[in-house]
Amino acid sequence: MNGLTTVFKKEVRENLRDRRALFNSLLLGPLLFPVLFVGLMWFLDSAEQERAEKTLDLPVVGAQYAPSLIRFLEQQGAVIQPNPENPEDMVRNQEVPVVIRILPEFADNWAQGIPAPIEVISDISRQESNVPIRRVKRLLLGYGQQIGSLRLQLRGIGPQLASPIMLKDVDLSTPKSRAILAIIFLPYVLMITAFTGATHLAMDTTAGEKERKSLEPLLINPVPRWQIMTGKMITTTVFAMASLALTLISFRIVLPLMPVGAFGMDLTLGLGTLLKILVVVSPVAILAAALLTLLASFAKSYREAQSYMGLVILIPMVPSLIFMANPVRAESWMMSVPLFSQNMLIGEIIRDQPVPISWYLMSIASTLAIGLILAIIAASIYNRPTLIFSSG
Amino acid sequence: MIVVKNLKKSFGEVRAVNGVSFEAHDGEITGLLGPNGAGKTTTLRMLYSLLPPDEGEIRIDGLDPAKDAMEIKRTLGVVPDSRGLYTRLTARENIAYFGELHGMSRRAIEGRIKELTRTLNMEDFIDRRTEGFSQGQRVKVAIARAMIHEPQTVLMDEPSNGLDVMSTRALREYILGLKADGHSIVLSTHIMQEVAALCDRIVIIARGEVAADGSAEELLARSGSASLEDAFVQLIGSEEGLLA
Repeated sequence: MNGLTTVFKKEVRENLRDRRALFNSLLLGPLLFPVLFVGLMWFLDSAEQERAEKTLDLPVVGAQYAPSLIRFLEQQGAVIQPNPENPEDMVRNQEVPVVIRILPEFADNWAQGIPAPIEVISDISRQESNVPIRRVKRLLLGYGQQIGSLRLQLRGIGPQLASPIMLKDVDLSTPKSRAILAIIFLPYVLMITAFTGATHLAMDTTAGEKERKSLEPLLINPVPRWQIMTGKMITTTVFAMASLALTLISFRIVLPLMPVGAFGMDLTLGLGTLLKILVVVSPVAILAAALLTLLASFAKSYREAQSYMGLVILIPMVPSLIFMANPVRAESWMMSVPLFSQNMLIGEIIRDQPVPISWYLMSIASTLAIGLILAIIAASIYNRPTLIFSSG
Repeated sequence: MIVVKNLKKSFGEVRAVNGVSFEAHDGEITGLLGPNGAGKTTTLRMLYSLLPPDEGEIRIDGLDPAKDAMEIKRTLGVVPDSRGLYTRLTARENIAYFGELHGMSRRAIEGRIKELTRTLNMEDFIDRRTEGFSQGQRVKVAIARAMIHEPQTVLMDEPSNGLDVMSTRALREYILGLKADGHSIVLSTHIMQEVAALCDRIVIIARGEVAADGSAEELLARSGSASLEDAFVQLIGSEEGLLA
């Protein structure tokens, strides 16, 4: 085992002197993702607020058919632009997000107490129109309800009669559990960090060593090849774990700066939570190190290895994306699927839910098992005498 | 002491080595001379157990590289064709790394590096990172790390490749010093002058086979030529690869 520790120590020393390794493993993930995340939240938050507070410019076709509605809208702060020329084109050309058209039969229907038609013209595929569309519809429905109540009252009927059901929200989510909405991003970022933290090291210690022509001299030493390979893989794992730990610390520092007070979310990550998350994701670092080392061992050069890595980085995204698109309830079988189980567990940990110890163990064991299998395959590649010939 | 009998190695259709036999004695320098692509590097790689031979027998001080790979690696000092150094480590760290891989104590490594720094004239750059080293400096570090554990048998693949005149002279002196200390040295080369200046025994390899084997005088006598170069051309039957 002396060979293994010697290789490990040398790789750590060498890579600590490598600016590229430091940047990729210890700076990029820990700095970029949290800052990106918080920046994005700020941006979304302020954009949303701006749209909600902006004056509502509302072109209205046929305003003359419903003067009291128009008055109501103006009272509510909308700026009415009467009789636009070509309302459909205005929406299509994105001049305005929404136009309403009051149809000629409005007045007649209104007088007879038949529902009076109003068209709301918009393109709902345009995300940025959602807020103004919602505002316009809310105003129109509000007006409708107000008039409806008045009509009932005029006929001596209590307006409550028309509302047979009263809905009450009893929300059991806590500020901590609501945080998951914003923080669904965290497991995703951590999975990717485990991989990005390992990538440079995995390539440099294998493909890089081939490219620099130092592999053959290294293999001439009286150390079993599996020890050399394992020493390299442990180095990669350690860097990936450091990358994860730093990212978590960075999130802890940065999360309180998020503009989430308004949503009533509790986003502080306590030390206990951080440690739990670290324990849950650490096996991913091992899995990533083994997988990346295995792939990089096939490559002749650092550059060739890099071209594989672009694809590999998709792997940690898959479970996160599935989970984002289709949130499912955590069940015990899911704990045996690496990457997926970590996604689930981190969610539960942040939500502050009690998680059975067996789930932790299953997640860790299944991830380690697959990592170990990959590591053994990598080791067997190192044992092939033709290993050095794949150098260019 | 190395004994090689009828060594064969193919890569797919290509017969890289096709029945090479020779002996290399202690206190002697044996030169594997041959044009590029003759099978010298493959032969050496089988000697230092990087490649398993398809056929034939190798004994290095009685050990078989196919069976006693770890044991043999401890007794061999190898300067292979690829001399990559770790550019983010200093020359000293590069050499010490190999010492540690050989299981040497820190103390022994320090002492040995001091010795090698003196014999190989590395005082100026021993504590510099190897990034941007000259060929000569790189070869010296490669030799030092191969010799860190004081191996009895020394294998060198084209050791003077890319060296200038001064570095080549220094290298030759060093190799002659090893010979004087009783080591068994095998080096491969395609450079005639090198063989003439150094080798006690010359094994001419062409197309994976031994074309001739003996001392410089014996080869001259056998071919009836006046110079070693003529002898070489005549013995391998072509000028191919000589001018490379």
